[in-house]
Amino acid sequence: MTESNLKLNFGPQHPAAHGVLRLIMEMDGEVITNLDPHIGLLHRGTEKLAEIKPYNHSIGYMDRMDYVSMMCCEHSYVLAIESLLKIEPPKRAQYIRVMFDEITRIMNHLLWLGCHGLDIGAMALFLYCFREREDLYDAYEAVSGARMHATYYRPGGVYRDLPEEMPQYKANKFISEKKVKKLNYNREGTLLDFIEDFTDRFPSLVDEYETLLTDNRIWKQRTVDIGVVTPERAMQLGFTGPMLRGSGIEWDLRRNQSYEVYDELDFLIPIGVNGDCYDRYLVRIEEMRQSNLIIQQCIKWLRDNKGPVMIEDHKYRAPERESMKHDMESLIYHFKHFTEGYSVPEGNTYKAIEHPKGEFGVFLLSDGANKPYRLKVRAPSFAHLAAIDEMSKGHMLADVVSIIGTLDIVFGEIDR
Amino acid sequence: MTKLGAFDIEASMNQSNPEIKVKNDQLIEIAQTLREDQHYELLLDVIAVDYLTFGNADWKTNTATNTGYSRAVQPTIIPEIDATFEDRFAVFYQLLSVSTNQRLTVKVFASESNPPTVPSVIGIWSSADWFEREAFDLMGIHFEGHPDLRRILTDYGFIGHPFRKDFPTNGNLEVVYDEEKGEVVYQPVSISTRPSVPRVIRDQDD
Repeated sequence: MTESNLKLNFGPQHPAAHGVLRLIMEMDGEVITNLDPHIGLLHRGTEKLAEIKPYNHSIGYMDRMDYVSMMCCEHSYVLAIESLLKIEPPKRAQYIRVMFDEITRIMNHLLWLGCHGLDIGAMALFLYCFREREDLYDAYEAVSGARMHATYYRPGGVYRDLPEEMPQYKANKFISEKKVKKLNYNREGTLLDFIEDFTDRFPSLVDEYETLLTDNRIWKQRTVDIGVVTPERAMQLGFTGPMLRGSGIEWDLRRNQSYEVYDELDFLIPIGVNGDCYDRYLVRIEEMRQSNLIIQQCIKWLRDNKGPVMIEDHKYRAPERESMKHDMESLIYHFKHFTEGYSVPEGNTYKAIEHPKGEFGVFLLSDGANKPYRLKVRAPSFAHLAAIDEMSKGHMLADVVSIIGTLDIVFGEIDR
Repeated sequence: MTKLGAFDIEASMNQSNPEIKVKNDQLIEIAQTLREDQHYELLLDVIAVDYLTFGNADWKTNTATNTGYSRAVQPTIIPEIDATFEDRFAVFYQLLSVSTNQRLTVKVFASESNPPTVPSVIGIWSSADWFEREAFDLMGIHFEGHPDLRRILTDYGFIGHPFRKDFPTNGNLEVVYDEEKGEVVYQPVSISTRPSVPRVIRDQDD
């Protein structure tokens, strides 16, 4: 460090740090020469906690990994358990999972778009993005009872089938009957009707965001040629998801290593050309449109095909409460399930899914017990944030904010 | 797998991917071969595992007929720490090849020295940087050749490696506000672990 260099602390309480990121920046004037991220301020030891709990108890912890794309994190965890147990969920459950994964992808990208815009000066967008997220939260709530931390997926399926009706607004002294009628216009039918109404509206809403940003001169000045990553470096740095695709590598686990029913669905994989912040923005925008198409296909399939949403094997799921009242076997299974859980055969597995941020993988090592011997989460943001030093060297201080935005980091999964 | 044949490798299938177990001193050469010749361009994760209590359970079902079950509230008995760390720490590498669409798990046992040591693969995959720092921080594995092996997730000034099996889940120290001193101080933890569900190992055919 020469005498003219300046050391600057950024965060951990800074609105553009997306949580609790602390950066120690060495700067030459306004140009970054060295950048050292300090993480771990949200470290909760989830992987250690999972070692003292039966498998099913940790599903809820997975929601708290990446707390803006909750169900995707659960998905990877239940897939890992399923691969150790060698069970497969019924087809309807797989479609429900795919549909909610894509809903989650839109939720994640909307939050990313809103916050990224807010960070670099596009205030209005944030409000629009959160308006749409509200509908998706309602879908979460209708299916699981929780607006954020759903704990909806289970090894062997999902907790319950899609509800036949949506919760509705009720009139009170603050909201008139007329207003309520307007609010409830898309809540008269089932959850699928509600989601379908959203998917009908959504493409035009994405167009709205694009009118605000895509050809916006300020937006382009802030993102074009900022944080360029070549395809070779992207792979070296362990990039996955939109970060890798933004650099021009066509790699998507949904297509290349298809899981659940993605191989039956029709969708495109957008890739970037230059590997800068602007390309990654375009990739994510297009991913939202593609997710919307996938949801529409899932809705169609789910309407036409009824069936179970959970495996029948009572070894891995508790029996219906009803049957417990008159059936001895069910009572025993019920008791065993809630006092002990199920044991998982010895072995190790690594299951990854295409999480909105990249490859979210869960490594599970079992010694045959009812609790994991070792759980390790592979968080996409962790690898992406590790590259921030390389990406921002030589850029201005203000560009660091663009780069933090484009990384799409969430500290729940980085610090775990 | 032609060039890999020159090395001492045990190949198998785990529950999701092919897995190879390699010797500690051959890791770097094998990693080099995997990247250059087998096109494993991405290192996705480095996972450190502590095998200290592998296979231990709170309840032994077969012997409980005569004695009944305990409440499993006593902490899991941890065997005496083997000074040599023989077969205790292992590191799993998750590799991905984008060009051939393959996954591979590489398993290597750390050396028996203290601290347990594994050569760093940072020269082969840059992404190993933080993954190895994390494994060092949480499991205390020394990655030889890593240029910047600092703690990453735990607090500044933290002592110990929390994901080791002989590190209690509650931790060792807690922070409290000392009214007499008028400051926040560290003291030994005042809580203990009480498992809600005992750890049992069952045969699948039971």
